[in-house]
Amino acid sequence: MRIGIDVGGTNTDAALMDGMTVRGACKTPTTADVSSGITAVLKEVLRITGVAASEIQAVMIGTTHFTNAVVERKRLLEVAAIRLGLPATKALPPMTDWPDDLAGVLGRHTFMVHGGHEFDGREIAPLDEKEILRIAGEIRARGLRTAAVTSVFSPVTPVMEQRAAEILKNEIPDLAVSLSHEIGRVGFLERENASIMNACLADLSTKVVGSFRNALKELAIEAPFFISQNDGTLMTPDYVERYPVLTFASGPTNSMRGAAMLAGRKEAMVVDIGGTTSDVGMLMQGFPRESAVAVDIGGVRTNFRMPDVLAVGLGGGSIVRDDGARIGPDSVGYEITSKALVFGGDTLTTTDIVVAAGLEEIGDRSRVAHIPAKTIETALDTIHRMVDEAVDRMKTSAEPLPVILVGGGSILVSRPLPSASEVIRPENASVANAIGAAIAQVGGEVDRIFSLEGTSRDIVLGGAKAEASERAAKAGADPATVKIVDVEEVPLSYLPGNATRIRVKAVGDLVMA
Amino acid sequence: MKLTSEDLADLAVGAAFLGTGGGGNPYVGRLMVERCLDEGLTVELIDPSALADDALVIPTAMMGAPTVLVEKLPSGEEAIDSLRLLERYLGRRADATMPIEIGGINSTIPLVVGARLGLPIVDADGMGRAFPELQMETFGVYGVSGSPMVVTDEYGDSTLLNGADNKQMEWLSRMVAIRMGGCAYIAEYSMSGADVKRTAVPNTLTLAMRIGRCLRTAKARHESPFEALLRLLPQTLYNYGRIIFTGKIVDVARETRNGFSLGRARIDGLAGFAGTMEIEIQNENLIARVDGKVKAIVPDLICIMDSESAEPITTESLRYGQRVTVVAVAVPQIMRTPEALDVFGPRCFGLSEPFTPIETMV
Repeated sequence: MRIGIDVGGTNTDAALMDGMTVRGACKTPTTADVSSGITAVLKEVLRITGVAASEIQAVMIGTTHFTNAVVERKRLLEVAAIRLGLPATKALPPMTDWPDDLAGVLGRHTFMVHGGHEFDGREIAPLDEKEILRIAGEIRARGLRTAAVTSVFSPVTPVMEQRAAEILKNEIPDLAVSLSHEIGRVGFLERENASIMNACLADLSTKVVGSFRNALKELAIEAPFFISQNDGTLMTPDYVERYPVLTFASGPTNSMRGAAMLAGRKEAMVVDIGGTTSDVGMLMQGFPRESAVAVDIGGVRTNFRMPDVLAVGLGGGSIVRDDGARIGPDSVGYEITSKALVFGGDTLTTTDIVVAAGLEEIGDRSRVAHIPAKTIETALDTIHRMVDEAVDRMKTSAEPLPVILVGGGSILVSRPLPSASEVIRPENASVANAIGAAIAQVGGEVDRIFSLEGTSRDIVLGGAKAEASERAAKAGADPATVKIVDVEEVPLSYLPGNATRIRVKAVGDLVMA
Repeated sequence: MKLTSEDLADLAVGAAFLGTGGGGNPYVGRLMVERCLDEGLTVELIDPSALADDALVIPTAMMGAPTVLVEKLPSGEEAIDSLRLLERYLGRRADATMPIEIGGINSTIPLVVGARLGLPIVDADGMGRAFPELQMETFGVYGVSGSPMVVTDEYGDSTLLNGADNKQMEWLSRMVAIRMGGCAYIAEYSMSGADVKRTAVPNTLTLAMRIGRCLRTAKARHESPFEALLRLLPQTLYNYGRIIFTGKIVDVARETRNGFSLGRARIDGLAGFAGTMEIEIQNENLIARVDGKVKAIVPDLICIMDSESAEPITTESLRYGQRVTVVAVAVPQIMRTPEALDVFGPRCFGLSEPFTPIETMV
């Protein structure tokens, strides 16, 4: 049996799962120390299910704690941002495009050193080891406790980042060092940004992971615990202590995977309708499809492995205009209980429409009796058209897919959707995040530029797949269950040797002791 | 005219539009220019008509793979070194620099060079869009030699190259750029002010900014950005534009051959457009057909834009399910003469269909 926990900004949720069955689930408020909230929710979920702590084999935790810290610019360390790439890259020093407030909190301790590689693995310049030594002295003098090292084309060859880390750790043994090739993919500034953000979370990650440990200890749960990352796979606590940035955006991923589990589908579209927006994402082989474009976090451009989620301005509080022909994108939001007509307010919202149509019993129905039937009909058409279009936009082929509806706003959808083969409303949808964490798998990824010259595409792809599988196994996956879930090839024009960027992702079930 | 940070944001959108799917993402170039502005440097455009006939103009650019550029950022000195070395060879200082290509990243490189050296940037270019090779320039079409050319990398390596013709210059410099790591910075097509006025596609930097601004302000006013764009074009040298298709992308196929990203996008019609449009891609969008019938063809512009946001969509980011509007635009006459079509017309891309101006197509 395993327990999935979602530590959100407001609530901490838990779900106890026996295989793929939800034995029980509950919610408690998130606490400032994180730990006591987790302890409370764990106690509660064990109590309602009557399961003994000793029966728990694994605990999986999803958290937005690290994302929130960056967004709020709180609890962050100053960072030594070290770049290996001179004489290239000088035009844009580290943190060039960062919001001033965040860069200020991190101290703008930037260093540029000779080093780095070309796309084909040649050196741009040998690593300037003396300069790294000098920077180590500088780091000590400035009292910095964390550093990020980013080398040009380190996803192709990581050796210089590793060597620089070795020198730094030799000089300052307790320095936390974040290496970019462990964090991001090709795309220098985005990878460097992610590495610097990772480094600034070094202290917080130790504390948060420590508080997770304490909470489990307090309840005498001796099972190993894991933390979920952006792409819906798990990391060990040690790994998260080093790479907290990889938890960014694990929330939407867990919610989508949880919805998939609850509905019993691996190929589906998940529509999470809240008060203001509907988030639509596609599940492929049980995992969310990843975004191909740069994603801003706290105002910083990154290229994380993130689910590709389309946010549409349609929710339970969306404002209805033009006799139902136009809905949103603005919403009355959390003020719905005072502003919507059924609650005595003066704003026509989508919730008022479904009540007026007799589809839901919310608030005072007499307050919407005056809405003309034509407006109700038009608004319902608009709502369904918006959801249907969003679903269709996110599809990767013309085939109709099952649509899984979650979220409080899902009451808006009452009719079949042309883009959907069926519409599913699973139970326990309010703890989908915790369930998604509980069922997370372990993954491994390869993302590099390969030359296809003098070899064949099949050999290169085969090698990349084997390497990704190996990485998954190394991260804790049972090798017998590892399979390739995603292969993407992008031919690189203008480069010789039929250069192709290949991305392969493998996942497998966690080995249970 | 001095550029502001807001102009740069508009330029990036307009340059992506004029890039017709290619030319590389201008993000890195835009950051470099913004850095110049932050340092208090000025980016000053000069109208081609304001150039003295005997002024020396040295265009500057990046050549190679945009995919390498996003990882191996430039030192920032490369294009400047290229220009300086060419000046030395010519025995004369440049009075201005200029883009060779308005589509994509190359709309920004000369702005950095101009800002750093205190040179004005001529508001014109030699492609009027994006093309994959260096001989595909109106400069060359009307007799300006691309050589002598300088290719520089971040190590400080420079090659001075004299090609027998512009095609040979492209061929040789391409190999040099690869040895330099897949991405290099060049100065070429040095010419007089009189040659600029005779051979360049004028006012394309300001055109790109006007396109970006037009789309931005239309959206802010909740008007149709497409209608605003089609109203703007007749006031420019690109005096005709039309929506040739609206629909949903149902298939994108890609492969690499002979150093080109080849591809094909299929779009099923929506909102009054029947049939299926197929767009052939070689780095840029080259030809659009509906059920086999040609609707637009290179060098006229074929721009695929997001139907809702009106963002131009680059070739790499095309994918199934996108709702798109395809806008075709007439390029200026200087790009449509028989001499021009010999250098960058349909046949240069292996297409058998003849060039037919968009405004005469049905």
